[in-house]
Amino acid sequence: MSRQFTPKVVTANALLEGDVVYLTADDRWSRHHHEAELLEDEAHAEIRLLHAQGQPDRVVGAYLAEARAGAAGPEPVHFREAFRTRGPSNYPHGKQEEGAASRRP
Amino acid sequence: MYRYDEFDETFVRNRVAQFRAQVERRIDGGLTEDEFKPLRLMNGLYLQLHAYMLRVAIPYGTLDSRKMRQLAMIAERWDKGYGHFTTRQNIQFNWPRLRDVPDMLDALADVGMHAIQTSGNCVRNVTADHFAGAAADEIADPRPVAELLRQWSTDHPEFQFLPRKFKIAITGSPNDRAVTRAHDIGLRMVERDGAPGFEVVAGGGLGRTPVLGQVIRDFLPRADLLPYVEAILSVYNELGRRDNKYKARIKITVQETGLEAFRALVEARFAELRGEWEGADQAWLARIEADFAPPSLRRGSTAPYEDARAGDPVFRAWSDTNLTAHRDPDHAIVTISLKAHGETPGDATTEQMRVMADLAEAYGHDELRISHEQNVILPHVHKADLPRVHAVLKSAGLATANVGLISDIIACPGMDYCALATARSIPVAQAIAARFDELKLEHDIGPIKLKISGCINACGHHHVGHIGILGLDRAGVENYQITLGGDGTETAAIGTRAGKGFAYDEIVDAIERLIHAYLAHRDSAEETFIDTYRRLGPAPFKAALYPEEADRHAA
Repeated sequence: MSRQFTPKVVTANALLEGDVVYLTADDRWSRHHHEAELLEDEAHAEIRLLHAQGQPDRVVGAYLAEARAGAAGPEPVHFREAFRTRGPSNYPHGKQEEGAASRRP
Repeated sequence: MYRYDEFDETFVRNRVAQFRAQVERRIDGGLTEDEFKPLRLMNGLYLQLHAYMLRVAIPYGTLDSRKMRQLAMIAERWDKGYGHFTTRQNIQFNWPRLRDVPDMLDALADVGMHAIQTSGNCVRNVTADHFAGAAADEIADPRPVAELLRQWSTDHPEFQFLPRKFKIAITGSPNDRAVTRAHDIGLRMVERDGAPGFEVVAGGGLGRTPVLGQVIRDFLPRADLLPYVEAILSVYNELGRRDNKYKARIKITVQETGLEAFRALVEARFAELRGEWEGADQAWLARIEADFAPPSLRRGSTAPYEDARAGDPVFRAWSDTNLTAHRDPDHAIVTISLKAHGETPGDATTEQMRVMADLAEAYGHDELRISHEQNVILPHVHKADLPRVHAVLKSAGLATANVGLISDIIACPGMDYCALATARSIPVAQAIAARFDELKLEHDIGPIKLKISGCINACGHHHVGHIGILGLDRAGVENYQITLGGDGTETAAIGTRAGKGFAYDEIVDAIERLIHAYLAHRDSAEETFIDTYRRLGPAPFKAALYPEEADRHAA
């Protein structure tokens, strides 16, 4: 009996900036985890990963990361993936910096 | 300091031009990532958790003001206004964009620097005692030999695809500040019957399987160095395991082969190679040595230093911890702490880099060093200038008086940056330093080495910390194991695991309990943590770390 598939998102780093990005259902690469397509079927997840790996001009190192459904969209499960959505904890750099900038009036 | 000649300049420039073309081909699709990755790694460019990271070599930790200012310029122009000094005397920029990296490398080449061989399975940046050329206990300055090794190993055609990375450290002092026994090859300058040579240690390394290097040659005449090191690399290159990454380092090769058999192979290869070396290397070494001529130290009264010590308790505290004996009694070696309480170990802002460059130029014979302990050193400061140096450091947030104390923590970048990390290191270091600062205990605790790694690769040298902390991922949660009794000096030892790990929100309290146990058990204020541990063994420390287990045994 096969184990139940745990939901995933496709994530990678952007080729030019190195930023963490997520594959959306409408084939965009988003900087926001909650915009990612939540993949609940294993076969579909594998196809989406192949689709990501076929874009070496845009992203590097695509892989499937565990995720779960949340109120605003998919949320990370593992702490490593949670850090990747924000940036480092010692400075307000990375995505959290962009987040702060976009919240400015 | 060594100055690039035309050959070096041309080589480094050509390498940048080559890499620039490789980046262009990667972006326009001419190279796949699989093809590009080994090329970028050969030029120090990693892809980390949140961004690319450029690791720049600071050979044997030596800089001058011009180089330091250029690092500041690079951090300001292409990064986020700071740099991170590492445990292998490199500097890392955490936020470069791929297109900018060739320009960054050109800017480095402008001041005789590069990022070549700071990654990949090759001979990495050669490290040395950060007090080289200044320390009172030194036999000879190891840096000319380190520079010779750098030149020999750079683009060495036989050693570009080793089974695994290869690290060499060298010290010219019997007091080992370069952690030589934790390196693939450790070199210690020694003398025999008045002749200079090296004790050669091989097969050391930290990481998943920590091993202390063993003496493979107790006395190697100075002129035999390159052929002998080449013989070691050659034997390793042939025997080293390429089938299993975790068994690929020379420490495993030496263990699998046996030291005696490995030594015999090296000696046989050395006998083959020795005749091919006809002395050009020694002539070249003499040319390099001229670049490392000691600075002409000025004479003069040290009264301003004594006056400041008597009159200013802040200066006195700083001079107690951050100065080391210079070979000239009127001078001092200044260690600038990059460990302000609550800040990131090893980070310096562009402004701080410029202040340190200015101080080196004005008061320090234009010399700076980066230590593997992630601090910056002014190796030759006249004592009369120390009050002024201290005042300038203070105004730049660089006068923390904690060198060698519990807040002078080595910490790898951990999961705040590193793609390999299994847990965070930096916030743990920040919280421990802040805790002991609040408790006002660190001067009472005295000399201690606390080292933190965020994964088993052990960039934070936790195995050789008096207290080591290793961050792991245990079932999806950060967990921190403590090791005790490690030592990275000439009395090197690998620390022993104390017991089960602690959660992220438990680790600072656990360290505090450990330190209170030391304070309670030491026989006097003079007995250091490591001496107390060696006298008593782990039992009282384990009891402090795991009080619930002690209670259970008592019940």
